[in-house]
Amino acid sequence: MNGVLEVEDLTVSLGESELFRRLDFSVARGSALAIIGPNGVGKTVLLRALIGALPYKGKIRWAANTRLGYVPQKLDLDRDLPVNGRDFLNAKAALVNVKGEEIMRALRSVGLEEAQLSQPIDSMSGGQFQRLLVAFALLGKPNVLLLDEPAAGVDEPGQEQMNEVIHRMQSVEGMTVLLVSHDLSVVYRYADQVLCLGRGQNACFGAPREMLTPQMLYDIYGSPVSFHVHDAA
Amino acid sequence: MFTMPPDIATLALSVSMAIAAGLIGCFAVMRRLTVAADPLSHVALPGIAIALLLHVNPLVGAILMLLLGAFLIWVIERRSRLATETVIGVVFAVALAIGAVLATGDELIDALLGGSGTLSEGETVLGIALALGVIAFVLRTRNALVVSLVSSEIAMTSGVNVARLNLYFLLAFALTIGLGLRYLGVLLMGSLIIIPAAIARRLAKSLNGMFMISAISAVVSTVGGTYAAAGHQSGPFIVMIAGGLFFLTLLRRRNE
Repeated sequence: MNGVLEVEDLTVSLGESELFRRLDFSVARGSALAIIGPNGVGKTVLLRALIGALPYKGKIRWAANTRLGYVPQKLDLDRDLPVNGRDFLNAKAALVNVKGEEIMRALRSVGLEEAQLSQPIDSMSGGQFQRLLVAFALLGKPNVLLLDEPAAGVDEPGQEQMNEVIHRMQSVEGMTVLLVSHDLSVVYRYADQVLCLGRGQNACFGAPREMLTPQMLYDIYGSPVSFHVHDAA
Repeated sequence: MFTMPPDIATLALSVSMAIAAGLIGCFAVMRRLTVAADPLSHVALPGIAIALLLHVNPLVGAILMLLLGAFLIWVIERRSRLATETVIGVVFAVALAIGAVLATGDELIDALLGGSGTLSEGETVLGIALALGVIAFVLRTRNALVVSLVSSEIAMTSGVNVARLNLYFLLAFALTIGLGLRYLGVLLMGSLIIIPAAIARRLAKSLNGMFMISAISAVVSTVGGTYAAAGHQSGPFIVMIAGGLFFLTLLRRRNE
C-alpha cells in the first residue's frame, strides 16, 4: 500500500441506522486530512471505527508500523478520580515504555507547565485538559495523530497555539494527521485533503479548495456557511 | 517442605486478602462499581449451596460461581452494551433466587455472615497465593487501568486490550470477594471492597496514597474484626471497625 491508511467500502451502523455507507478514501503518509460535517453525521464514529473501537463493514488498512496517537472529543470526567496530570502521563509513559524526558518534550510542545501536572485531572480547566490529552497522545512517538476537535474548550490564543502544534507535528515531525474540526478556517489553512460527511449519507473527498466552496458547504451543512481565509504567513 | 505455623498462616491469609480487597476497591470506587460489589458477592450463594449439597468446601463452590458470574457479566455486557452494574444486578437477582432455593441449614448462616471455620493447610496456602495474584494483577496493570478509566479509546491506542483488561478486572474482583467470604460472608463482603477505598479516597492526595491507605484500612479492619469476634461470625465486627474508621475520616475537612 502507498499511503498510511486505506479505507474501502466502509459502513458503520449505530443500532439500526447507518451513519455512512460505502466510504472510500486514502491518506498519504505525512499529510493532513480534515474531516468536516454537521453535528451527528458520524465524524467521531468514523475516528472510533478507524482505531478499532467500533465494529464496521468494509476494509480499514493501516500501513505496517503505524503508531496511533488519539485525542478524543471533550471528555466528561464526572468521576471521583484521584489521578493528577503526572499520574496520567506517567501511566502512558509506562505503557509505551518511554522516559521522563519525552514527557517534558510533550509538555513543552503543548505549552503546559510541569507544575500544572500536580492538579487532579478532573479539576483541570477544559483547555488545560485538552492540552494534557494532546501531550498524552504525543508520548510513544506516534506517526499518525487522530484528533477529534482538539481545540474544543480552549481559549482563543490557546486554539491558535494548539493548531500550530498540530501543524508542526505534521510539517516538521512528519506525522500524518487526521483532524475532525468545525473550524473551516483551520481546515482551509492546514489540511491537504478534506473528507466531508453530509446528511443523507453523502460524502465527498478532495483538496480544500475544491471542497470548501460555498455550494459544496451548502450541500454538506444544508445551509449557507462562510469562513475566514487567513492570509499566508 | 516449608510449613507455616497455623496462626501465622491464618494471619497471612487475612492480611493478603485484605490488601487485595483494598487495592481492588480503589479501582471499584474509581470505576463507580462500588454499588456492584454487594450484588456480585451474592452471586456466590448458589455456589455455596451446591458445594454444601456435594459435601465440598463451600468456599470452593463460592469462588467458582463468582468467577463464572464475572465471566457471564462480561459476556452479557459486551453483547447487550448495558452498563456493568446493570448486568451485575440481573445476574445477582437470578443467582440469589437459585441460592435461596438450594441453600438450607446452619452453614448458611456462616455463608451469609462469615464463619470462623478452620481451613486446611492446602486451602490456606491456595488462598494466600490467589490473594497475592490479585495484588500482583492490580499493581502490574495499574497504568492500563488508570488510562482506561479516563477513556477506553485512548487506552486502546496506547496498546491496551480493553476488553481483556475488563474481563481480568472482573475476575480479580470476583476472586477477591470469594477470598473474603470466610471472613465477611455473602451479605457483608462488598463492604470490605467499598469502605477502605472510600476511606482512602477521602484521605489520599495521589493514586499511590490511595492504594496505601485503602490496603492498610482493610488490613486493620479484617485482623481487628477477626480477633474481636473471638470465634463468632467475624463479618459484623470487621464491618463495624471499617465503618468506624470511615466515620473518623469525616472529622477531617477535605482540602478541595
